Amino acid sequence: MSAAGGESTRVARFRDVALAVAWRSVHNFLSNPAFLVPAVVFPLFFFVAFAGGLSAVANVPGFDFPSGYTAFQFVFVLLQSAAFGGVFTGFAMARDFEIGFANRYLLAAANRKGIVAGYALAALTRALITWAILTAIALLAGMQVGGAGIELFGLFGLAVLVNLTATLWAAGVAMRVRSIQGGPLMQFPVFLILFLAPVYVPLGLLSGWIHAVASVNPVTALLEAGRGFVSGEPVVVALAFAIAVTLPILFALWANGGLKRAEAAG
Amino acid sequence: MSEHRLGTQVGQLARRSVLRTMRQPAQIVPALVFPMFLLAVNSGGLRDTTNLPGFPTGSYLTFALAVPFVQGALFSVMNSGTDLARDIETGFLDRLALTPLRGAALLSGLLAGAVLLGLVQAATYLTVGLVAGAELVTGVPGALVIVALSVSVTVAFGTIGLFAALRTGSGEAVQSLFPVFFVFLFISAMALPLDLIQTDWFRQVATLNPVTYLLEAFRSLLFEGWEPEALALGFGIAAAVLAVGMTAASRALKTRLVRT
Repeated sequence: MSAAGGESTRVARFRDVALAVAWRSVHNFLSNPAFLVPAVVFPLFFFVAFAGGLSAVANVPGFDFPSGYTAFQFVFVLLQSAAFGGVFTGFAMARDFEIGFANRYLLAAANRKGIVAGYALAALTRALITWAILTAIALLAGMQVGGAGIELFGLFGLAVLVNLTATLWAAGVAMRVRSIQGGPLMQFPVFLILFLAPVYVPLGLLSGWIHAVASVNPVTALLEAGRGFVSGEPVVVALAFAIAVTLPILFALWANGGLKRAEAAG
Repeated sequence: MSEHRLGTQVGQLARRSVLRTMRQPAQIVPALVFPMFLLAVNSGGLRDTTNLPGFPTGSYLTFALAVPFVQGALFSVMNSGTDLARDIETGFLDRLALTPLRGAALLSGLLAGAVLLGLVQAATYLTVGLVAGAELVTGVPGALVIVALSVSVTVAFGTIGLFAALRTGSGEAVQSLFPVFFVFLFISAMALPLDLIQTDWFRQVATLNPVTYLLEAFRSLLFEGWEPEALALGFGIAAAVLAVGMTAASRALKTRLVRT
């Protein structure tokens, strides 16, 4: 077999494994209301609670976001749902290890990296469903969008990269712990880093310790860029994409380490 | 004699429930850390909302300090319910059903863990809040009432966990209730006072939401002073939830024991 032929076989194996794992994971997600409903309802609920309950925050002196508070919060909820879509997929992976199904994947897969890719594809599919509903509700609720097509593409591009990062993080934990008991370990750091960013007001209106923490939190750049995209006044785009591209690369290494641990554990 | 037996039964189960709670840091630690984290984030992020005209206090930390007491009580739904669900799943409840144990003793005893959790939570939240600079205009008597209200709310919510466990017999199902209760917390006057919520439908839902009045009872003690109406509403809502929860749990217990 030629080198090119070998490469195409490896790619085909990787693709077949990834698609098979993704199909099962998406099927489980769509056919079980216990998985589907929270994934869709949670982001909507956060959106309603933040954009509805806190709309008076837009009247705080110094708050100056051109597209209004609904759009300001939409970006946070979009990125949050992207991250938690990845974390919840990590839960599914951990459950598969707990019941022994993932071991069958490891035995059967011709290319085991395809297993992680399959879960990542499933996480993205889950997130896309959630984003479609979230965006429709936000627009119905009167969200003002100042950004054009390319800017909105940038916003959702950031969300895709956040989703991939969170999936790889959660997959790394799931393959190391191999039990749903690792759930809090997947979830809490993501929750922490998201909420230590400028969630309710822009960075400039934060003060004290939370300003100091948010200033060095990478999620802050993602949020600021996302909010810039939705308002049509892009800011910190290069920094945000540098972070958003670097993180999945780092967490791919983390997930790969987890895969090796899972393989070693049999 | 009968009362003594009931007391013994409650005491035995209460001891087990308290020990079980103390031996599970995974139950206590999140119930302490998670609300404190949200308090820190919210009081930092929403500090400038005190500049809105009509905001009732100059300290958002004080305003937000009411939230952990209610949020922490939500953990008792999970803890009480999960413990009982585990008893059902492992067959322990079936073994208890073979003894002359009364249903009332079982439910009351199981709530002892929630009482302990409520006490630890209230003391922690109050201490951390005051150290961080929150006000407490009602002083030491107010602190004692806050602890009493916190324990009442925690136990009241604990009965809902018991009901859910008896109805479903599944720890996973009990855990899935957690988000439902978070909806009640978030769609309330949690982040802003009722009269500063601008979105009409949100304000209307928050006005109907009993969690709003639990928060207002805590807030009255923290920065308003002694407000009998707010306190009566807070304790009244806790008593009502307790009554409804215990009634529902008792019925669910009877049904489960019949099935057994």
